[in-house]
Amino acid sequence: MDTDTCAPGAVEPPDGPGPSAARAALLVLADGRFPAGGHAHSGGAEAAVKAGRIRDAATLEAFCRGRLHTTGLTAAGLAAAATAGLDPLDLDDAADARTPSPALRAAARRLGRQLTRAARAAWPSPELDALAAARPRGAHQPVVLGLAARAAGLAPLDAAYAAGYEAVSGPATAAVRLLSLDPFDATAVLAGLAPALDRVAHEAAEAARRAAFEGLDVLPAVSAPLLDIAAEQHAAWPVRLFAS
Amino acid sequence: MHLDHPDAFPHRHTYSAADPHRPDGTRRALRIGLGGPVGSGKTATVAALCRLLRDELSIAVVTNDIYTREDAEFLLRHAVLPPERITAVETGACPHTAIRDDISANLEAVEDLEDAVGPLDLVLVESGGDNLTATFSKGLVDAQIFVIDVAGGDDIPRKGGPGVTTADLLVVNKTDLAPYVGADLEGMARDAKAQRGDLPVVFTSLVAEGGVRPVSDWVRERLAGWAAVAP
Amino acid sequence: MTSAVAGPAVDAGLRAAAHIVAAPDGRGGTGLPVLDGAGPFALRRLRPQGPEAHVRLVGAMSAPLGGDLLGLTVEVADGAALRFSTTAATIALPGRTGAPAAYDTRIHVGEGATLRWLPEQLISARGSDLRSTTRIELAPTARLVLREEQVLGRVGEDPGRLASRLTVRRAGRPLFDQELTYGPGAPGWDGGAVLGGHRAVGQLLVVDPAFEEHPVPPRLLGTTAALTPLAGPAVVVSAVAPDALRLRRLLDAGVTTVFDGDGGVRAFW
Repeated sequence: MDTDTCAPGAVEPPDGPGPSAARAALLVLADGRFPAGGHAHSGGAEAAVKAGRIRDAATLEAFCRGRLHTTGLTAAGLAAAATAGLDPLDLDDAADARTPSPALRAAARRLGRQLTRAARAAWPSPELDALAAARPRGAHQPVVLGLAARAAGLAPLDAAYAAGYEAVSGPATAAVRLLSLDPFDATAVLAGLAPALDRVAHEAAEAARRAAFEGLDVLPAVSAPLLDIAAEQHAAWPVRLFAS
Repeated sequence: MHLDHPDAFPHRHTYSAADPHRPDGTRRALRIGLGGPVGSGKTATVAALCRLLRDELSIAVVTNDIYTREDAEFLLRHAVLPPERITAVETGACPHTAIRDDISANLEAVEDLEDAVGPLDLVLVESGGDNLTATFSKGLVDAQIFVIDVAGGDDIPRKGGPGVTTADLLVVNKTDLAPYVGADLEGMARDAKAQRGDLPVVFTSLVAEGGVRPVSDWVRERLAGWAAVAP
Repeated sequence: MTSAVAGPAVDAGLRAAAHIVAAPDGRGGTGLPVLDGAGPFALRRLRPQGPEAHVRLVGAMSAPLGGDLLGLTVEVADGAALRFSTTAATIALPGRTGAPAAYDTRIHVGEGATLRWLPEQLISARGSDLRSTTRIELAPTARLVLREEQVLGRVGEDPGRLASRLTVRRAGRPLFDQELTYGPGAPGWDGGAVLGGHRAVGQLLVVDPAFEEHPVPPRLLGTTAALTPLAGPAVVVSAVAPDALRLRRLLDAGVTTVFDGDGGVRAFW
């Protein structure tokens, strides 16, 4: 489509390409109010609260730190690889292999589909159109996130940051609602995790860089057993506040 | 009509209610949102509308529960529609977000229903019981109904708020309870008129036979208008 | 990050490799034309059960120590059936220099071949640093049962550092890819997202083309274990537990659930 030629990704930023050049688009993409369905998902926090594994700010911090360094790193690697231009359908298969829980695969695809909708409106792109056509029920959310970042002119590192941040901001927001946790405490938890997020994002971006030459198996595949097990339990609850 | 002008909104039909056509060019269903405070009778209104209209129209319902599935299960239990025509959207404890700020899950639910059981004439999107500020995004629905009830306080129309003031139809429900709660129906009508100008207000009592007819008549008018806009 | 390759070892720890080849013996059974092992790899040929050959790794010594580089290569040829077991748990121990140990297992399972990979637990002792990598390539009609159990610290002991990557590819496509990292240097590993205070973690993976015809629905096995179907023809039982004994009970319960469900798959077990 001719409108695609004026997609932001095709425009050279005035101060040259690179991670910092398109930083503003990252704020839009990583905004918790970006309308891609995230607000209805707790990132495992609802199940962890019920099981007593998240009770206060300290246990929220431990939960988020673990999630960031496991599934957060894995998602960040997939997202960065998609931004780097690796085949999104191969990445979608890699995401399936990294997600043993069918409840989490379903949630990831649902969120991927919702993100596709929002991203196509924000940054029209033939690559997003092609992925939507190939995966009408939704691709895994981190793959879509990476492709959306690519359409927005962002770098793989930016996509890794967005994916890593989502891995912790979702549970933190949910914990505020579920535990009536002091929102300032929850925000302090996120701020305290920022240096860890820096490391995770860079590690994911470096893995994505290597994956272009060495294949997708070098992308992180770190998983968190309790997140997988609890996700299946949560999916079986008759009454719950969050979709996952 | 937009299909003749693909450059105007080249991608709109893929993500928003703004286009009255589906990707295959057929007319999509009219989407009507029902919002209002907890307990005002939104689900009962949806159930009554379905019973009255289901023989002549192809209808589906999306519910947005505060807790998952309660409202959907009420509709299923009372068998107002076959189960494949009812979908529940989970809202993460924020029902107003799901109908206004981030409508993506509701749009998917509506489109999935059209794909699965369509073509549809009418999709009713019921919000989770929320406060007086909850309104539907124009990206999700074509028109919205705000349901309040006389037992919730006859001062609600006077207080206004986006739901009362801007909804395409204001329903004041449970008029049968007015004598018991000392509600002043005429005062409510006056206050509503002051808040809403020419926008319509109807009073209903769903316990009576055909009690939902003022709402169903309004829905029929909207459907006639929809057919004219999107032939 | 990804644990794929151990870098060049500064300290010359133990280097040992073992090689197993299982192939049909032409008489309806499976022979073991290659069974090579040295150092910690004392491999024994056990009495076969029907068509299935059985190789047992005899735990003659504690390994791997820090700095060790161990490699195990297994080829299950088309139509062969192999069972692999160990006599005792494997204990990762610290070496003299603090260098990490690497335990690298490469497995190929051919057309119509079957592998049951059922070692005892891997115990991560305090101060140890082990990177375990298992790469399995399955032909489209291959079948696999794999059990993996990790115990974090001996009784009353903090764990060492453990990173284990299990990559299973089937017909050249990724089927299951999982890295688990625990202990010092794995931030948040003991928090509510990862282990939540549990000290034993394991999984039992079953791959069988029969699942394409007879998919297994997800099932909960108590509060800390679940049986889940993968995106391909495979199921995994994932469990965490306070100790190795209770972990094994959960995985055994998962086995029963998988193999009682469907006749075609049960025959395999």
